[in-house]
Amino acid sequence: MSVQTSPQPADVTPAPAPFLDVRDLRVHFPTEDGLVKSVDGVSFTLEKGRTLGIVGESGSGKSVTSLALLGLHKGTRAQVSGEIWLEGKELVALPETEMRALRGRTVSMIFQDPLSALHPFFTVGAQIAEAYRVHHKVSKKEARDRAVEMLKRVGIPQPERRVRDYPHQFSGGMRQRAMIAMSLVCDPALLIADEPTTALDVTVQAQILDLIRDLQEEFGSAVVIITHDLGVVSDIADDILVMYGGRRIEYGTTRDVLKQPQHPYTWGLLQSMPHLTGDVGERLDPIPGTPPSLINLPAGCAFHPRCAYKGWVHEGRCTVDRPELRPVSGTGRHIAACHLTDEAKHEIRDGVRKGA
Amino acid sequence: MSTTQSLTGQTTDRPTGENLLEVRGLQKHFPIRQGIIFQRQIGAVHAVDGIDFSVGPGESLGLVGESGCGKSTTGRLITRLLEPTGGSVVFDGEDITHQPPARMREARRNLQMIFQDPYSSLNPRHTVGTIIETPMRLNGINPPQGHKKRAQELLETVGLNPEHYNRYPNEFSGGQRQRIGIARSLALRPKLIVADEPVSALDVSIQAQVVNLLQDLQREFGIAFVFIAHDLAVVRHFSERVAVMYLGKIVEVADRESLYTRPRHPYTHALLSAVPEADPDAVERRERIRLAGDVPSPIDPPSGCRFRTRCWKAQDKCATEEPPLARAEGSPSGHLTACHFPEEPTLAREEDIVLDPALGQGLPIET
Amino acid sequence: MFRYLIRRLLAAAVIMLVITTITFFIFFALPSDPALLACGKTCSPSRLAEIRHSLGLDRSYLTQYWEFFKGLFAGRDFGDQSVRIHCGAPCLGVSFQTDTPVLTTLLSDFPADLSLGLGAAVAFLILGVGLGTVAAVRRGRAADKAAVGLALFGVSVQIYFIGLLLLYLFVDKFQILPTSGYTPITEDPAGWFKGLILPWATLVIVYLAMYTRLTRSSMLEVFAEDYMRTARAKGLPAAKVVLKHGLRAAITPIITIFGMDVGSLIGGSAVITESVFGINGIGKLAVDSVQNSDLPVILGTTLFAATFVVLANVVVDLVYGLVDPRVRLA
Repeated sequence: MSVQTSPQPADVTPAPAPFLDVRDLRVHFPTEDGLVKSVDGVSFTLEKGRTLGIVGESGSGKSVTSLALLGLHKGTRAQVSGEIWLEGKELVALPETEMRALRGRTVSMIFQDPLSALHPFFTVGAQIAEAYRVHHKVSKKEARDRAVEMLKRVGIPQPERRVRDYPHQFSGGMRQRAMIAMSLVCDPALLIADEPTTALDVTVQAQILDLIRDLQEEFGSAVVIITHDLGVVSDIADDILVMYGGRRIEYGTTRDVLKQPQHPYTWGLLQSMPHLTGDVGERLDPIPGTPPSLINLPAGCAFHPRCAYKGWVHEGRCTVDRPELRPVSGTGRHIAACHLTDEAKHEIRDGVRKGA
Repeated sequence: MSTTQSLTGQTTDRPTGENLLEVRGLQKHFPIRQGIIFQRQIGAVHAVDGIDFSVGPGESLGLVGESGCGKSTTGRLITRLLEPTGGSVVFDGEDITHQPPARMREARRNLQMIFQDPYSSLNPRHTVGTIIETPMRLNGINPPQGHKKRAQELLETVGLNPEHYNRYPNEFSGGQRQRIGIARSLALRPKLIVADEPVSALDVSIQAQVVNLLQDLQREFGIAFVFIAHDLAVVRHFSERVAVMYLGKIVEVADRESLYTRPRHPYTHALLSAVPEADPDAVERRERIRLAGDVPSPIDPPSGCRFRTRCWKAQDKCATEEPPLARAEGSPSGHLTACHFPEEPTLAREEDIVLDPALGQGLPIET
Repeated sequence: MFRYLIRRLLAAAVIMLVITTITFFIFFALPSDPALLACGKTCSPSRLAEIRHSLGLDRSYLTQYWEFFKGLFAGRDFGDQSVRIHCGAPCLGVSFQTDTPVLTTLLSDFPADLSLGLGAAVAFLILGVGLGTVAAVRRGRAADKAAVGLALFGVSVQIYFIGLLLLYLFVDKFQILPTSGYTPITEDPAGWFKGLILPWATLVIVYLAMYTRLTRSSMLEVFAEDYMRTARAKGLPAAKVVLKHGLRAAITPIITIFGMDVGSLIGGSAVITESVFGINGIGKLAVDSVQNSDLPVILGTTLFAATFVVLANVVVDLVYGLVDPRVRLA
């Protein structure tokens, strides 16, 4: 798959194009109250066999981004612009009929709550088989066998029997396994997992995350995992994209972002999480305030009303100028959107460590 | 804060060492009925099946476990929102196990509950002021400064604007609603608050705000807490003592230092190893245990040790004999473990334990 | 499933018993005296007493009730030595007016109700669900507004108006159809069909409204479900997403109402339609019997209608169990 034969966009450099290349993606929803800019200029790339974690709180635009990758905003009132290049195909402008041929086959998705994402009136087996038959001309029997095989692969005991069960007869963890089986049944090149473990217990979550990782190695697909949990991305992702108010605020390798975070919002997320080790006398350091309204995003840096360090930046730039994403010195491709100078960041981070 | 003195004044005169809450052999079985005309009981969900614990004044006990372990039911039994099937609950020297609601008034004042869902636990048709004042009025408490003033003080205590007294719950965000729920529970100056997953419905950054608030209240007013959560890190942060529950039983209880660094029960090990941490180095450092399957049904729990069906150390004895919750050899006093074959008191492990048959098999699938 | 059926049937039997008792005592507590009516203008007190006795009205209510109840299972005999009428089980009594067993009358009128009710029900279910689905899919657009407007029209007009209008247009003015009425299907299938077209159309116009609105709102609710998004994410064509995944879930609440409607229509609730089109059905029988204070017939038609409503409920529950796998275990 690494050989690129597909046509390239005209303005791209001769370097091999990435498997997935999202450029300046915008998803806006017109409402009575105004234009909701759920995603507002998001770009990222992803290679096969790699995992990208998109992190953010509710309303950060992470789920809307994932639906755009599947073209599920087509035919709704959402206004999508920008480009999504997948294996040389541009998806934003792709007609619905052609997009439909890719859905479930080239791009597939694992949803958050498997109980509501699986149809209550059809058996698990029928739903998996259906996903296979949409894209493959096979008999019902063959599709069913394929469903059994997939259920077996994701660790459902007695798959021949359980294939006839309804979703409500499965436990939470088994339902998510069935969902994974369904999303992988056509061997997709890109798998999107939207909060795949949020509804699950912690021991089951660990099993499911390991399963996704195992299957990714086996199938060689690219994975985009959407989550609010930095622990989950740390566990599974190669790269992290932190979103706030529909925009990127920090993007880099997992190690860079978690070990050398550059944006005060990322600091805040990390410091507000309690840990399993370390000093318990230490107070959590929450981010004050609440996530912003996507209709009237604060001017300048969208995070400035909640930022404790805007005093470190001269002349109130944070409230006026929107910070550009700048490369972090001494790293490969770690970028962050903050007006703070490197010196100021060092000073602040040192202060935090000392205070701890 | 203007309320500090009156609240602490109420709780500091208790003799230390005496327990505020004593729970013994607590049980809750929800009957399952079936029948054509006359319904007969054909089984029971063993939600809570004989647990003991105690909470001292001003102390915080964490109850942690996965769904179906009975932690929320336990919270509802203590606050008598549910009628226990067996065992006893002694609160503040009074046996409230089967106390009829009419006579619960005294205990009700001192025993409050905070719920998980900040959206459904507040009446949308009442103003914030009414919501906070109602418990005072129902209990005939007339603060010298008047109900309204007191309610506004409480709003300030939980970090809300007292001028929002006349607003309705839908005008607040999730985190703010949880603060309203906390203000309501504080209205009666309780000695014990049972907090059932108080932060799990909130965004990460908001979670920390609420956890800090609860911690401040605990320290300032000396309120004891039973803190129920599935998030092990949050429980560790909040509670000095932590009890791990599995299928209606406490399998391990200890002070947090001992439980989180020297756990003895295999299930506690599995739980701790499963928590994802936002530290790329932690992945290499920690033991890796991946259980198989899900928690069995509480309708027909396994005999003997309930964890044995998912345990890598299980032997015949585990099926026949229920392990008592006792101090394992090598554990400090107060660290109790219900296991016949306790683990070493360390989090280091040479080899991964992977019981899930779907993991690490690398079975090729033809497409 | 079998246990469930047994339980539902037993419950239905209990409900029928309660209905029987209540109707019996309500009607027999009515102030009018059927004996007086039967006696006519030249009525002597002795003749009145005689009639009372022959109708069994001179006994206490409880005795009468017991007799009636016994008759349901064992049948009973009416009249005196001169005229003897046998009424076989299940005996609902004998009409004061015609001296025929009530059940015989009911059964002879029943095919008309069955034809009218079932035919109309099938039509308004298919049309209503279809229109509602279109409205939901095209929400906010012209097709939706037209369907909603049509529904509003159906709700607001009266059966009398619609029925007479249709009769005027199709029978009198354009003479496309013969005079409406009921011809048994066994005698003349074509006549049966032609005679029922207008009554069916009338009922469809009235019922269609509710089914369109119900389907539309039920569909819109289902469209918001996560599993609909999953269906699209699989790559299914839009039509399959709506018709297979959407309709399957949206139809469930409609089944309940449909069952009740069919039950009561067959049981004779289409009274107005029957009288507009001159169909001799159970509804008309009920109205006539009330006018004549013919107590056994009133009681009989009430119980007959109740039986169908209760049975429809049992059937709805069973169908529900087939449609929604989650209720099968109940």
